[in-house]
Amino acid sequence: MDEILEILEKDGRASVEDIAKMTHKKPEVIKKAIKQYEKEGAILKYKAVINKDLIKDNESEVRALIEVNIVPQKDLGFEKIAERIYSFPEVSSCYLISGTYDLLVVVEGKNLHTVSNFVAEKLSCLENVRGTATHFLLKKYKEDGVILKHKSENKRIAISY
Amino acid sequence: MKNIVAKKVQEMQPSGIRAFFDLVLGMKEVISLGVGEPDFVTPWQIREAGIYSLEQGFTSYTSNKGLYKLRLGISRYLKNKFGLEYCPDEEILITVGVSEGLDLALRAIINPGDKVLIPVPSYVSYGPVAELAGGIPVYIDTTKNGFKITPELLKKHIDKKTKALILNYPTNPTGVSYRRKELEEINRLLLRHGILCISDEVYGDLTYDFNHTAFPSLAGAKRNTLYFNGFSKAYAMTGWRVGFVCGPKEIIAAMTKIHQYTIMCVSITSQMAAAEALVSGKRSVEEMKREYDRRRRLMTVELNALGLKCSLPQGAFYIFPSIKSTGLSSMDFSRKLLEEKKVAVVPGTAFGVCGEGYIRISYASSLDNLKEALSRMKEFLDKRR
Repeated sequence: MDEILEILEKDGRASVEDIAKMTHKKPEVIKKAIKQYEKEGAILKYKAVINKDLIKDNESEVRALIEVNIVPQKDLGFEKIAERIYSFPEVSSCYLISGTYDLLVVVEGKNLHTVSNFVAEKLSCLENVRGTATHFLLKKYKEDGVILKHKSENKRIAISY
Repeated sequence: MKNIVAKKVQEMQPSGIRAFFDLVLGMKEVISLGVGEPDFVTPWQIREAGIYSLEQGFTSYTSNKGLYKLRLGISRYLKNKFGLEYCPDEEILITVGVSEGLDLALRAIINPGDKVLIPVPSYVSYGPVAELAGGIPVYIDTTKNGFKITPELLKKHIDKKTKALILNYPTNPTGVSYRRKELEEINRLLLRHGILCISDEVYGDLTYDFNHTAFPSLAGAKRNTLYFNGFSKAYAMTGWRVGFVCGPKEIIAAMTKIHQYTIMCVSITSQMAAAEALVSGKRSVEEMKREYDRRRRLMTVELNALGLKCSLPQGAFYIFPSIKSTGLSSMDFSRKLLEEKKVAVVPGTAFGVCGEGYIRISYASSLDNLKEALSRMKEFLDKRR
């Protein structure tokens, strides 16, 4: 992967100037490359990774991982039915996977009730959906490579050879 | 009790540096660019192997030479990486870091009055350890030569008593390294004069712009070289204290004799973890190296922009900029920067008298820390213009 992308994937806020210094390239070159990646859709968006457990006034939010069994359609395979599912705003992620079921759908809602309603009233009734199994998420330990814990303090001694 | 400490020990280590280190350690909320170890924690799979070995009850001594599986792993690593053939039974010894290995080597080879060539600025222990072994350190000033030695520079310091050269590349504190061609020239000179090469290559895996050349892989060099490496720097395992030395079996046997009386063996937990590092640590090393590489380039640009001249380091995680433009001595610069801006660096003089006019900056620190330190250094320097 291009070094620019590698840097941005780790730190979406890295400035053009800093990236230029880190890669020993001209800022204009970096700027142009990033623009191009954004245009192509290689870079989709920039966002912060937030540990919602630590946000005090956060309205409680429930997440569920739902295994969905579907009947593939002639000519279209899984594409069409997947699109019908991932287009719901409640769905935050959707993956086609190998194994005993077909789609893994991540759903977010205000509480248990909203999520189960979504499953019962929207997801399960879709034509071609053969069955679902809902797993409510209890605790997040690590997400997208980030461990959701207070940063541990520096344990090194301040000066050494 | 007054004269109980041996004279040669009393005469070791310049006291000024110690006082400066104490000052740093006593101060709170310092941003330190003075650290000689990675800012990463040992990769988890390696720590896990250490924990597992304890659970399994591996709590005993090991062979004096070190765990066989670790020596075998090292032998394979060197074969794959450099095409080097070292026999795990007779030509490899596991030591408590490279530091112990160097001490053993010098004690094993030095007769009183033998001379040891040490290019400076250098890592702090070489001279004192050579002296403790009864040798005479001969310092070769490399400051006018881009911090590198050449055959010409070496020749000027060789005489009948010259026994060994301690070569360290990539170099702590300067970050310079040598390409194969340069090493070949040095090797030919050493072979011609029968001078042993003590090659400290502990930063070898952190070489950025070209492939690292192991000294013993040069033509005819293997029988004339002690190759030192360890797990501290590349695998972020400084606290585990595991290093190793490879060389001709007679010298390794001699070193093992001293090692078995003084150390017995390296901690088994550490050896177990190190063995795992060789199996599964490669990806982590590559990731850390890429991160250092970016910081290295950023720091070089920024320091030069601040008027602290330095060239792009080729390895390790140090930069050695000149502070001569400030008119301050290395010690004054470091002390004032610490007191006024709470940024710690190591004065160049810690690495030899010729380090005057330089400071060592370690970029083994997070990018945020480095940027904050740079902005404080800018304030510090602006005030003096």
